[in-house]
Amino acid sequence: MTHISMTVDGTRYEDEVEPRLLLIHYLRDHLGLTGTPVGCDTSNCGACTVELDGDSVKSCNVLAVQADGGEVTTVQGLASDGAWTPLQTAFHEQHALQCGYCTPGMIMAARDLLGENPDPTPEEIRHGLEGNLCRCTGYQNIVRAVLAAAAEERRRRAPAPRPAGAGRPDGRPEGAPATAGQEART
Amino acid sequence: MIPAAFDYARPDTLDEAVRTLHDGGEDAKVLAGGQSLIPILRLRLAFPELLVDLGRIPELRGVREDPATGSLVIGAMTTHHDVIHDPLVRRHAGLLAAATETVADPAVRHRGTLGGSLSHADPAGDLPAVLLALDGEMVAVGPRGRRTLPAREFFLDYLRTALAEDEVLVEIRVPRTDGWGFHYEKFSRVAQGWAVVGVAALVRRDDGRVAEARIGLTNMGTTPLRASATEAALAGAGAGPDAVAHAAEAAAEGTRPASDLSATPAYRAHLARVLTRRAVLAAAGTGRR
Repeated sequence: MTHISMTVDGTRYEDEVEPRLLLIHYLRDHLGLTGTPVGCDTSNCGACTVELDGDSVKSCNVLAVQADGGEVTTVQGLASDGAWTPLQTAFHEQHALQCGYCTPGMIMAARDLLGENPDPTPEEIRHGLEGNLCRCTGYQNIVRAVLAAAAEERRRRAPAPRPAGAGRPDGRPEGAPATAGQEART
Repeated sequence: MIPAAFDYARPDTLDEAVRTLHDGGEDAKVLAGGQSLIPILRLRLAFPELLVDLGRIPELRGVREDPATGSLVIGAMTTHHDVIHDPLVRRHAGLLAAATETVADPAVRHRGTLGGSLSHADPAGDLPAVLLALDGEMVAVGPRGRRTLPAREFFLDYLRTALAEDEVLVEIRVPRTDGWGFHYEKFSRVAQGWAVVGVAALVRRDDGRVAEARIGLTNMGTTPLRASATEAALAGAGAGPDAVAHAAEAAAEGTRPASDLSATPAYRAHLARVLTRRAVLAAAGTGRR
């Protein structure tokens, strides 16, 4: 057994684990954080994507002992005081899921993408999410959701508020499609 | 799927890593980023008794310039993500950055390392052929000291390198290719898929002609290979579409591609010719991808 400590979604944990224990099994079976699913179990599908020390990783492909001392964020750690992040809201509003199995991984991968590229093109979103498989949606609505979330995050960060539909400062049109109800949810 | 049980060591220094690996004998295995090894363990295709994790040895990470030669020195544990974004790599070894961007997907590139990919030596892995084209060198450290191996002598067979069981790949040395055009052309079945065939091309032009071309082939045998016949045909030839297409006809000469679920050997030979033409034209800046 190996002693590990790590912070998961803001809570510090200490444990004795077998070195062969995968991070995903530590999160689900030891900590009870079942919001992150096991998908393919072969590191292909990305359903188990979490953030480790600021980077997206496939938690079925990391040993818990490798994450010792690290900081993990799962999809369960994103909302604060019950308020969803723009990505979570956008996935809901753009209908970016059907069965929902890939959604935690999609959201964590999209979060990583937007961290590196706050204003991605649809093509860049598709590349950024290439490690995450969805078998229901055909990806169209997932791409729309990430575009919408990116626009919302940029809007929140913008120094001065601009009227809706005014376009970007550089004069290019907003990347996100105008969608009814987008402003309805807070 | 859960791996078979193993012991785990996480040394803080290279000396300790080499000693632990040596003491562990043939049942010890190095853990780099784990993006190939952990799936292998989970599928129970390997049963090491001890994993030696190199993840906490700072000297194995990062990119620097060798002041004596100007070559880039890339720590073996530098992640794919860090290689892609490193300004020295982008400026002086653009082929490596471009090819690394095609490896797997962003999450895997956050964990996977250059040294791990090269040591794993999967014939479908992208980076071995790139190092071969770049005329890179691998620096290994073991109980008997330090040695430097040219890429041509490093890859021996399917999943087998010249590294001894108690040797650690510590750094990869890449000569600068400033002024060379480059391109990595990869054919895979799905977005994050392994290369069915890949072609790494470096082209140095002299006016309208090719002064020198270096071409590495991925998945055209049990090791990465150079397309020597095409390189010879290109030297001094025109850089236009016809001359390049003619030279690329020889790209599969001397190769022995495998037959698997993705492709027959004949189809791989066809791909090698087509992808070599595209890669050389892109690298020479004289054709569309």
